[in-house]
Amino acid sequence: MPDSLPVDSVGVVTPQTYHFETPIELACGQALERYDLVVETYGELNGDRSNAVLICHALSGHHHAAGYHSMEDRKPGWWDTCIGPGKPVDTNRFFVVCLNNLGGCHGSTGPNSINPATGKLYGPDFPVITVGDWVKSQALLADRMGIECWAAVVGGSLGGMQALQWSLDYPDRLNHSVAVASSPRLTAQNIAFNEVARQAITTDREFHDGRYYDFDTVPRRGLMLARMVGHITYLSDASMGEKFGRELRDQAYKFGYGAEFQVESYLRYQGERFSESFDANTYLLMTRTLDYFDPAYECGGDLSKALAKARCEFLVLSFSTDWRFTPARSEEMVNAMIATRRKVSYAEIDAPWGHDAFLIPTPRYTAIFAAYMDRVAREVGA
Amino acid sequence: MRADLEIIQQWVKPGHHVLDLGCGDGTLLNFLQQERNASGFGLEINQEHITTCMNRGVSVIEQNLDTQGLDNFEDNSFDVVLMTQALQAVRRPDKVLDEMLRLGGEGIVTFPNFAHWRLRWGLALSGYMPESKSLPYKWYNTPNIRLCTFKDFEALCRQKNIRIKSRRVVDGQHQNSWLARFWPNLLGEIAIYRITRENSNDQ
Repeated sequence: MPDSLPVDSVGVVTPQTYHFETPIELACGQALERYDLVVETYGELNGDRSNAVLICHALSGHHHAAGYHSMEDRKPGWWDTCIGPGKPVDTNRFFVVCLNNLGGCHGSTGPNSINPATGKLYGPDFPVITVGDWVKSQALLADRMGIECWAAVVGGSLGGMQALQWSLDYPDRLNHSVAVASSPRLTAQNIAFNEVARQAITTDREFHDGRYYDFDTVPRRGLMLARMVGHITYLSDASMGEKFGRELRDQAYKFGYGAEFQVESYLRYQGERFSESFDANTYLLMTRTLDYFDPAYECGGDLSKALAKARCEFLVLSFSTDWRFTPARSEEMVNAMIATRRKVSYAEIDAPWGHDAFLIPTPRYTAIFAAYMDRVAREVGA
Repeated sequence: MRADLEIIQQWVKPGHHVLDLGCGDGTLLNFLQQERNASGFGLEINQEHITTCMNRGVSVIEQNLDTQGLDNFEDNSFDVVLMTQALQAVRRPDKVLDEMLRLGGEGIVTFPNFAHWRLRWGLALSGYMPESKSLPYKWYNTPNIRLCTFKDFEALCRQKNIRIKSRRVVDGQHQNSWLARFWPNLLGEIAIYRITRENSNDQ
């Protein structure tokens, strides 16, 4: 954190916890008797409660999307580049809501929360949550906050899937759905990468069938490997090449198997940091949530049939070098929307950073996002 | 109001579902949405135009007709397919015309007339490729790679069994020009054609 707050920052923010005492039925057939959702908000809700924007987080995200938790914070929230005064999601005009989803490990009820039935941590007993379950819990949160209709539901990657699901499950409760670098369903390759990540975690000797809390340990190596392989899929060959090339940490080869190349040491560092801050059971859960997402499934694989329910307008954005969720996946969504005559705009943005590009403010991305959100704001008089 | 918009508007019925190929900054689609309660999409590749469309509420898809085609659109999924001042900029205008009438019952096409007297005169007199307000480019950087005359276009339509339902001729400022009615291929700068399949009985 710099000595003073940047003028386009939402500033120092404090998360709030919402307690829910009414059971929520989940797609898996189980229910959570009670649960918490940790939420951050930025900006002011207007008089007719029409300027609220829901930000949905991706695989390893959480409720802290913008601003700083304290003046000592090194880094702002994960989407601070796009949320703040004068930024695409302009907090001078919108009331922005971001929550940690159910099953998360940043304060909302998840595998590392106490199971009221046993008085112990859920661990592997925590039910597998679907994108539909998240959207349901987000709708309950909206009820609690007095938000009848979102001006927009916005998300990147797994967050974009939630934005899409919103348009199907609560068609009258959002004006716009914005899906950035997202996909209507995972490909076999996507699921394969998730499986490698899960295997890395579950075969770690410290995993203890997910009950590692009882043994006062965490499957650190497994989580680190899972993150390393995930991280590779978030970047592009070109961006890794540009950042690291074949650069060595020392001058010469050492003829051993330590982290000699810069890229190795970078991945290890990222993996290690992640393994210290993220819960392994949550990682398993979130990857499974991704695998299961397929709104077309109930309509015989025909996404346009599923989209017939939608009423909102859509903005779909993809990035040229994203090979995790390629532009073709976004175009699949767009074509289904075209076929069923939904209002949709689409652009493929040229950016070298692979999937991560949705978090990086390139001029065209920012311009499009800002132009679209400006209209969203105008429509609700914000 | 621009005369071409006025003319095109008369050919779009209220509530029509339209596709605008090369929709520019969305002026036409926006106009049809407001005046005709039309729905539909614009296709565009110019980045600034795409951003403008998104800001004004015109549904725009970034898609390149030359490299991506129109395979992602279903047969007869639109009432009208529009293409204003873009036919001369695609690699295969003949194939685009086929596609237009595959996707919609009717097509509306406008393009600059390369047989306009000023262009003929310019070429004859100077010996250089002509430039005009409708065609303000050099030969080496022009996006207009398939320039044609009204006669050329009509010959292509005949060859393809495309019926021309109406033709209106305007000047470079899109104003109705009474002169152009007498000798369109010489005096008309821009033509607005309304086309359909020969066997179509749609009125």
